[in-house]
Amino acid sequence: MTSLAAVARQVDPDDLAGAVAGATDSGGRFTGLVATARDGGATSLRALIADGASVEIIEALLPAGVDHYRALTPVVPGAFWYEREIHDLFGLVADGHPRLDALVFPLTGDGGDRLRPGRPEAGVRVDPDTSALPGHVYGEGVFTIPYGPVRSGVFETVEYLVETFGEDIPQLRVRPYLKHRGIARRFTGLDPGDGVLLAERAEGTMSAAHAIAFCGAIETLGGVDPPPAAQLLRVVHAELERIAHHLDSMIRHTEGAGQAVAYARLSWHKERLLRLQADLCGHRFARGVVTLGGTTGPPLLAPDEALGALRAIEADLARDLRTLMTTPSFLDRLRTTGIVAPAVAVVHGALGPVGRGSGTGPDVRIERPYGGYRQLGFAPAGPRDAGDALARQWIRAEEVAGSWHLLRQALDELGAHPDGPWRCPAPVADGTGLGWSESPQGELIYLVEVTDGHLAHVKARTASFHNFALFSHAFGGDILTDFVFIEASFGVNLAGVAG
Amino acid sequence: MPWVPRGLRDGIVTTRYPRRPDGYGPHYRAAITVTGGPSSPKASAPGGDRQLASLCPTRAITVDGGEVRVDRGRCILCGRCVAERPELFAFDPGIDVAAVERDSLIVPGLAVGADHDPDDDSVERARAELALRVRSLRRSVHIRHVDAGSDGAEEWEIAALGNPVYDVQRLGVFFTASPRHADLLLVTGAGTAGMAGPLRRTWQAMPAPKIVIAAGTDAISGGLAHPSYPTYGGIGTLLPVDVWVPGSPPSPFSLLNGILIGVGMLDPRRQR
Repeated sequence: MTSLAAVARQVDPDDLAGAVAGATDSGGRFTGLVATARDGGATSLRALIADGASVEIIEALLPAGVDHYRALTPVVPGAFWYEREIHDLFGLVADGHPRLDALVFPLTGDGGDRLRPGRPEAGVRVDPDTSALPGHVYGEGVFTIPYGPVRSGVFETVEYLVETFGEDIPQLRVRPYLKHRGIARRFTGLDPGDGVLLAERAEGTMSAAHAIAFCGAIETLGGVDPPPAAQLLRVVHAELERIAHHLDSMIRHTEGAGQAVAYARLSWHKERLLRLQADLCGHRFARGVVTLGGTTGPPLLAPDEALGALRAIEADLARDLRTLMTTPSFLDRLRTTGIVAPAVAVVHGALGPVGRGSGTGPDVRIERPYGGYRQLGFAPAGPRDAGDALARQWIRAEEVAGSWHLLRQALDELGAHPDGPWRCPAPVADGTGLGWSESPQGELIYLVEVTDGHLAHVKARTASFHNFALFSHAFGGDILTDFVFIEASFGVNLAGVAG
Repeated sequence: MPWVPRGLRDGIVTTRYPRRPDGYGPHYRAAITVTGGPSSPKASAPGGDRQLASLCPTRAITVDGGEVRVDRGRCILCGRCVAERPELFAFDPGIDVAAVERDSLIVPGLAVGADHDPDDDSVERARAELALRVRSLRRSVHIRHVDAGSDGAEEWEIAALGNPVYDVQRLGVFFTASPRHADLLLVTGAGTAGMAGPLRRTWQAMPAPKIVIAAGTDAISGGLAHPSYPTYGGIGTLLPVDVWVPGSPPSPFSLLNGILIGVGMLDPRRQR
């Protein structure tokens, strides 16, 4: 069985930038750059180009001892963070990159450094070296406010270095390295069955999306198509997860705007959704459901009972969202806040609600339908052109409506499959496979290599990482008090950013 | 204005826990329990001890002389052992999974010798020491949360404690921005190298008496994120932990249970 990645196009390292630029000029969308350590100190660089119904891989192999290549960023701006990540983890220097500062793992020393942690020979313990972080700011009266890593409130860890001369935020740096867990290398050597469990924890709030994308890669390799009932059940959990995730973003908006009743109501609905997940599978984050070849079993709640619970939440939430989105004191905080200009979003290839709020952004469920989505229909959200936090909020509200629609269909059809089957044999084949899903934050891609039945290399290209590179572009005319809304409107999972 | 009647529309949705048991508790799979019993003949696995232990992706299962044990501090609740060996393992519903001693997360507990002196019990000592230390926090406690490398789900569950269903403020439990105002440090995540320093400084900034809770399996043992080059395998090597709350992630009820045990509002011995 040939996998998608078997069609990787090989180019010279110095031609990679040109090849990727050519692919994006002819209608492709740059959607990630993945480095992989090869035997003997060589490194493979693979650019992912989404093109209609397929994903093209353009690969350049850097032999051992070669640690410079021509940067992609000057011609493909979306590569900005990827090349910084690859520099941190593999010590590769992108010549011509505008700012190759540390991002996910600061270390001193540059090219020729073979002890970068992305390489297995780097050893079992590597500590970040904060002296590698740049500390200079330039400009009249500009100073920095380090915001984090221990911030006020219950948040994931990140440090923002806000460069300001008062209220305005001309520049902002994101330092996600504090919670870098080395997930990509952690996959290496695992049994694919254990890999599903780790994928569920790569971004713990999007477990279903990750499990589906990871399993999709392995199933593509093995030529496995899970049974219809399992595909539908996967859709149910993924869509419940999407609604909960969008609600979480909205809850943080209402908290920031001091909308106490809206905050309480929406948090209650979110709790009901997580409980519905748990009623269906025993886990509030739908972990342990999706597995290679299908699902681990039938839903624990009958589909018609789930539909009843769902309808109750849907009606309450729809009423509350209608009121929220007509509350002027709430909308005023979001309107024109955190604008990501559509031109910037298009060039970057922004994903999910962030992209769709700025006039672009694919929905993988439609662009490259997978699993149960091949037979279910829904109206895609947006796109909208305003690019502000309000546009992203509207996109989320529309996506929630689409998810209810999908959930009703999927549960309806599940009723026709009371006895499954829920799982088919899923032989693991060696090779390179791609899997994807539309996570709540947008397109999620897994690039998986299997050798001798075990995971050799796995990279989860999260939408959180891809989108968050745009965060510092969203502070055009905004001031410090807008920060909470802009951050909430991006709605990223920082574990997925840090890797 | 429409929000005023909306806020009253659905009546009270808040749990009565801990004064009354909550009906949701039994719905959530909070832990794994060994149903075969420590000396049950069922435990002598046909496939051999090693095969039984290798069922678990985080090495939470140990077999020692025919006695099967599960370390809930390592367990990520994937349920593989329950699916493969239902005669030996089962999900344990409920919310009271927190422990004041790391070793008491290993179930069933280690056998107690005949000459065992109950006054010498280390769990009892840990409880007594903790109770003495937190005497002044029993009526109200301020919590500082720090993420030391979580997957993000733990933060959702901690934030849920503020929703109307759990509403921890009714119990005098508050989240605070400054470590200077905090009595309790609630730590999530596998303990990343990047967070070791900030975590320690946060703990040092807190006034005594202070309590540390390791929230979630990742914070206890590193879970599936460990071993990995930038993680410490839990926060136990970074800070003195008083209460261990297993779960991947722990449910809001489990977290609340752990907090109440930590500040002495609940006696873990009188729960079941």
